[in-house]
Amino acid sequence: MFYREAGDFKTSYASDNQTFPIKFDRYRYYAVMFVAFAIVPLIINDYWVSAIFLPFLIYSIAAIGLNILVGYCGQVSLGTGGFMAVGAYGCYKLMTGFPEVNILVHVLLSGGVTGLVCVLFGLPSLRIKGFYLAVATLAAQFFLVWLFNRIPWFYNYSASGQINAPERTFLGVAVTGPNTEAWASYLFCLVILTFCALVARNLTRGMQGRQWMAIRDMDIAAEIIGVNPLKAKVSAFAVSGFFVGIAGALLFAVYLGAAEAGDSFGITKSFLVLFMIIIGGLGSIFGSFAGAAFLVLLPVLLKNVLVGWLGWPTDMAAHLEFVIVGGLIVIFLIAEPHGLAQLWRVAKEKLRLWPFPH
Amino acid sequence: MNDMSQDTYVTDDGRTIGGVVMEMKNITLRFGGVVAIKDISFDIRQGEIRAIIGPNGAGKSSMLNVISGFYNPQEGDVFYKGKKRPPMRPYKVAQQGIARTFQNIALFEGMSVLDNVMTGRLHQSNAGILSQALWKGRAEREEVANREAVEKIIDFLEIQSIRKTPVGRLPYGLKKRVELARALAAEPSILLLDEPMAGMNVEEKEDMSRFILDVNDEFGTTIALIEHDMGVVMDLSDRVVVMDYGKKIGDGTPDEVRNNQDVIDAYLGVAHD
Amino acid sequence: MPDQLVFGMEVFLNGLMAGVLYALVALGFVLIYKASGIFNYAQGVMALFSALTLVGIMEGQVPFGHIINAVFGTEIHHFGWHVPAFAAILLTMGVMVLLAICVQKFVFRHLVGQEPIILFMATIGLAYFLEGVGDLMWGSEIKKLDVGLPQGINSAIDEATLGMFGYGFFIDNLDIVATLIATLLVITLVIFSQYTKQGRAMRAVADDHQAALSVGVSLNFVWVMVWSVAGFVALVAGIMWGTKSGVQFSLSLIALKALPVLMLGGFTSIPGAIVGGLIIGVGEKLFEFAVGPLVGGATENWFAYVLALVFLVFRPQGLFGEKIIERV
Repeated sequence: MFYREAGDFKTSYASDNQTFPIKFDRYRYYAVMFVAFAIVPLIINDYWVSAIFLPFLIYSIAAIGLNILVGYCGQVSLGTGGFMAVGAYGCYKLMTGFPEVNILVHVLLSGGVTGLVCVLFGLPSLRIKGFYLAVATLAAQFFLVWLFNRIPWFYNYSASGQINAPERTFLGVAVTGPNTEAWASYLFCLVILTFCALVARNLTRGMQGRQWMAIRDMDIAAEIIGVNPLKAKVSAFAVSGFFVGIAGALLFAVYLGAAEAGDSFGITKSFLVLFMIIIGGLGSIFGSFAGAAFLVLLPVLLKNVLVGWLGWPTDMAAHLEFVIVGGLIVIFLIAEPHGLAQLWRVAKEKLRLWPFPH
Repeated sequence: MNDMSQDTYVTDDGRTIGGVVMEMKNITLRFGGVVAIKDISFDIRQGEIRAIIGPNGAGKSSMLNVISGFYNPQEGDVFYKGKKRPPMRPYKVAQQGIARTFQNIALFEGMSVLDNVMTGRLHQSNAGILSQALWKGRAEREEVANREAVEKIIDFLEIQSIRKTPVGRLPYGLKKRVELARALAAEPSILLLDEPMAGMNVEEKEDMSRFILDVNDEFGTTIALIEHDMGVVMDLSDRVVVMDYGKKIGDGTPDEVRNNQDVIDAYLGVAHD
Repeated sequence: MPDQLVFGMEVFLNGLMAGVLYALVALGFVLIYKASGIFNYAQGVMALFSALTLVGIMEGQVPFGHIINAVFGTEIHHFGWHVPAFAAILLTMGVMVLLAICVQKFVFRHLVGQEPIILFMATIGLAYFLEGVGDLMWGSEIKKLDVGLPQGINSAIDEATLGMFGYGFFIDNLDIVATLIATLLVITLVIFSQYTKQGRAMRAVADDHQAALSVGVSLNFVWVMVWSVAGFVALVAGIMWGTKSGVQFSLSLIALKALPVLMLGGFTSIPGAIVGGLIIGVGEKLFEFAVGPLVGGATENWFAYVLALVFLVFRPQGLFGEKIIERV
């Protein structure tokens, strides 16, 4: 009864077209933003930030990026791990090469560089489609990881082959390096995530998003009604790469602090992000959040329940996680291809009519 | 092209038909060894309803695909608005003001009706990706302007109530109408309709016929259509091209075509009119 | 004779052998793809799973022993018997058939008519699921697999080449056996799909589900059969690779080696899988031999993919694939 659109009349097309057309949604959105920005930073500690919040924020960015490519434009990519590595190593080179420049600039620039690399590997999408393309993106995955492992210039000739994030400040507060406070890294990632989500939402609700979805739903018809497939696909790869690169940069610089291409950005990372958007919902920004939250929380939960309470060995909990995640992927694809986001929408539809369903 | 007649005339029902807007000259289209279209020429005049008819496999849809740039003919030229059109990608053809619907509905199933129709406004949007990303300036203005134009078409085709419905959930007849709306949203100078009434019952056909006539009448849109229902074709169109086995066997007003012996032999002879 | 050339020849021969193994895995993909349009990413994990099961049965391991122990506090690991290799292989084949039935019944029957890319993602899910189940069932430590295949350097070739070039080629006996078995398997599969009733049914389903149904082919049966055959191919591949480098997680990564083979050869062609496998086997070994030292080595990780990618841009359907025709 409280969740309704009756009486909430729109007097302009602009207001009908906003992100949260229903008043209740809008207020809830403001409330969530308030809690995230003003309350959470005051109460969180290191454990919460490193176990849940940072991975959630960073993977949300990656999931939004991949969702633009896969969920909106229909071009399946299995190269996410490799592209995140581009972001990470790009950020590392920028941080060490230009220490005086602000870290935020570095993060955004590494997103840009990743966008370019992503376009390069996305160009074959003009000729090859579907899982041919999915397999082709594996070329990016393996080539990029190899590149960062074998060419010493990328890791500044360090003996370990690792890259380590030096300390950098944002507005006078350290956001990378060992002396970073939990709340600072949290807020830094939150600001970037908010920016990314807004940009993604704006792009997907406008003409650009319609072109992507047209290519996804029926590429030949899309071209005949006037969508330039080259521009649509390349822009999807570029925007997707931008977000994924930012996520890679943050994962390395803010979250991990140190990284090695094979370990941190292997093919499992590609699948992890892909699973996030399948479970969360293909073609939904909210779904990207939901999927990231789900797959970040699941291992933490399993570990606490199975290892903490039942005393199972950790490797068994990890194997069970494989079974659960794999099973869920199959179940979601069968029962609800639009993922958690669709379940959420259905729940809202019901709420809208509640308590008078007829 | 220049020697073609540019004189205009007024039809019995008071519409003005202008000069030639598109001309197909000696079009031949082959797929491997199969000749789909053999040396066909005809023209389409400004403001008229031009029908292409013929038995199954006559090459009608291929002809439409040539016009919309999906197929490039091996021989022959397409003249559009007085200029020879070089071979070009379909989206470029669409940008020049040629919109179409498809025989097997080709809507974007994952999008709402509104978004589908809005996609038709692609060429009326020039906002850069940065403006779109921030939803400021040009992008926002264009979005509202496009929405206004689209709402007019939605009103015109009486699909207001399904605006926000995902296209996948709509029944067949409505899908056809949404597809027409998407094509109209582009404000095309030529509208190509590939069997707009295929698979419809009598009432739906009447509705669709009325929409086609209204579009032609109110917006002055030139329409080229393929249709199987002879009654509909003869009632709607100003001029008819008849194709059979990839060749043109008749061209003229419905009455002329009806009395053409070749046409009667090839096609109408078997009809039970 | 210059040394480089002789080394190159040895690398070439080893590449051919590796290529045969790639082709073997790729075959499993082609079979399922031809019959059901499913691009089965789980093929590699199926090889791992079958090898794990084979070792488990031979050693008399208790399935899910770890979980049982963790839940009930018991300490059981082995039944205490050893099953001879041949019987164990038969039993494992039974397990693979069972798996095929389950996969068909619980997953793909519910996904009939979905887009290929959805099916593909479902098989990625299946791969994760199966990997987890395999590890939970049999434990994840590296296991040795020995079903009595010959191993070690082939002395006849070593001596012959030593006489000819003054340098003995290192060719593993196992690779030779694998080549023979793979060749045999391919011939059997071709005969099966061309000349038997079931094979014809399979090809009919591949061509057109509806039409096959209407002439009385049971889709369910054909798909179970195809998944079983793919399971069998996985088992053979699992035995070969497991014997070579132990049964461990990395075995499932051979699927990743087979993917570029498929892209190169075309997803629908059995000869394509073989030729593609050979090209990639030889190509990556020669590339590593010639170019690898200049750029830091380990180019095998990506060479196959980049080769396939470049190739696909010019010929999207692969070497032997069916031409893709677009229409509206």
